[in-house]
Parts: sequence; C-alpha cells; structure tokens
Amino acid sequence: MYQPDAIDWQIIEYIQEGLPLVHRPYAPLATQLGLSETHLTSRIANLHHTGIIKRFGIVIHHRRLGYQANGMVVWDVPDEQLIDTAQHFTQFVHVTLCYQRSRHLPQWPYNLFTMIHGLNRQHVIAHVAALNEACGSFPHEILFSQQCFKQCGAHYVNPIKTEVKPCDRQ
Amino acid sequence: MPVPSLTALQQRLLDRFQHRLPLSPTPYADMAKRLDVDEAQLIDALDDLQNKHIISRIGPVFKPHRIGTSTLAALSVPSQDLAATAAFISTLPEVNHNYAREHLFNLWFVLTATDEAHLRAVIATIETTTGLPVMSLPMLREFHIDLGFQLNHMR
Repeated sequence: MYQPDAIDWQIIEYIQEGLPLVHRPYAPLATQLGLSETHLTSRIANLHHTGIIKRFGIVIHHRRLGYQANGMVVWDVPDEQLIDTAQHFTQFVHVTLCYQRSRHLPQWPYNLFTMIHGLNRQHVIAHVAALNEACGSFPHEILFSQQCFKQCGAHYVNPIKTEVKPCDRQ
Repeated sequence: MPVPSLTALQQRLLDRFQHRLPLSPTPYADMAKRLDVDEAQLIDALDDLQNKHIISRIGPVFKPHRIGTSTLAALSVPSQDLAATAAFISTLPEVNHNYAREHLFNLWFVLTATDEAHLRAVIATIETTTGLPVMSLPMLREFHIDLGFQLNHMR
C-alpha cells in the first residue's frame, strides 16, 4: 500500500490548512520545495488515487447551512446483526455517517454510531424514530450537540519533519 | 441562527465541487470556466462563503486510518469545568472535532495521530491534565455514505 514520502507529507501539511483563494494557490509551496505546480497537483492526484485523500474539494460547515440540529445517535446492535443494520441505515438520506466502534463496557454498550442532521431537534427525533422502526428496534440514545468548540479536518503532524501548526485558523 | 442564503453561483459551487476540485495549477480559473463565470467572481463567491463560515476550507478530506490512526474520545466533565476543559482540548493539534453533547459523557472529540504510540501519548496527556479518564472508542468499520451533503434532497 502506498505510503506518503517526505514530499507528500509537505503537500499534506500545506493542503490540509485549505488552499488560498488566489489564481495560483500551489505557487508558494512549489517555490518552497523547488518543484513545479504541475508536479504538486499530480502528487495530489496520486494521494487521491491511492486512497489517502477521500475527496478534495469544498468542505462545508453543515451547521451553517440550515442543518442546525446534529444528533449523534448511538445504537446497541447484536454483533451478528450489525452489518445488515448498518447497511440499512446508510440507505436513509438523513444518515450522514455510520461507523462501528468498540463498546466500552460497562458504561458504554453502544457499537454503532450514526450522525443524523435535521433542520431542528424535532426533525432529528422524528428521523431517529423512523429509522428505529424501519431497521429493527435497538436500544439507542441521541446525543445532541450543544456547542461546537472546534471543527476542522483531521490534522496530521508530519512524522518526517515534526513541525506543529495550529489547526484552526479562524 | 438564521439560515444564510446562498447566491445561485454559490449553490452551483457547492453542488459541483464538494468532491473533486480540478487538479491543475489554476483550479479557480478552471472552475470558473466550467461554470461560465469570471475567476474573480468565483473567488469572491468562495471568499464570501468562508467569511460567513459556511465552508471550512477548500482542501482534502482524508480517509480515516489510511495514514495514521484516530479515535473518538469522550470525557465526563463536571459542568462547571466544561468550558475550561473544552478550551484545553481544542488547543491540541491532534484534535479535530470537539463538541459538547447532552449526556453524562458531555465532551466528545476526535483525536488523529500518525501512529498508535502518538495517540496513546496524547490520551495520557489529556488524562494527566484534566484528571479525568478518557473513554476511547476507536472505529472498527466505516459504512460508506456518499459524503458531501445532498443539498437538494435535504432541503
């Protein structure tokens, strides 16, 4: 499996902060590395092609686009029903993330995590009720978000050249 | 909080370019050409979306665990300490999302590190600094969803 080399890491560090809104957004990095901008974009294409980058584009803050209620819904699904249930969940348009995670017994029995967005709290509750009914009833809880302290992309610290940059530039 | 309104151009930008930015030295000029507008107009539209915090950035979303590792972590923080603890957690470069949620476990955040040892060290730092045990819930499997909000369907 392809692993990023030292130049890839420099590119990852640069692009994870977001591209500047200028005519040639890669020019500063190209100058710094002594490489052409085309070389940099072909490396980004390779990072995408090899699955390191899942998507490369405009990343939106969903809370500002009207989906003001964000409920993390956690489910305790018997292990043998987990995959079928998860695949069923992903068919619903209001489910925006679906992960299996470790249980943490005794205080945390939940093994399937979904993120449900809705225009308001009541919508989220209704979506969850519909989901529960459609997919088989399982013990679950909705954890509504109260306050977002920080939201940015996964931020990698270059292991080859350790230089820590602040993640949130807002 | 009012729903910010989008211009027609901004709507088209979000519909077209959440997944794949043109990979060229001049991506905004290429996007402008495809949408039949000026590059300056397009940059203004994106700048406005950023200033209103509708978009967080133009850049990559990394596949979880492909390089490095991550976990969803939670703390049960006494309510009077929540703001200070959340502020401390947000200062860590390994933290990306950090949310207060309505639950006994009231602070939730994602930790991303280049390897397991680094992740364990960050968790140990948090436990020492806050005096609270971190509940770490690593992802075992991701079920695919076509990311990028489907604006037309969800409205």
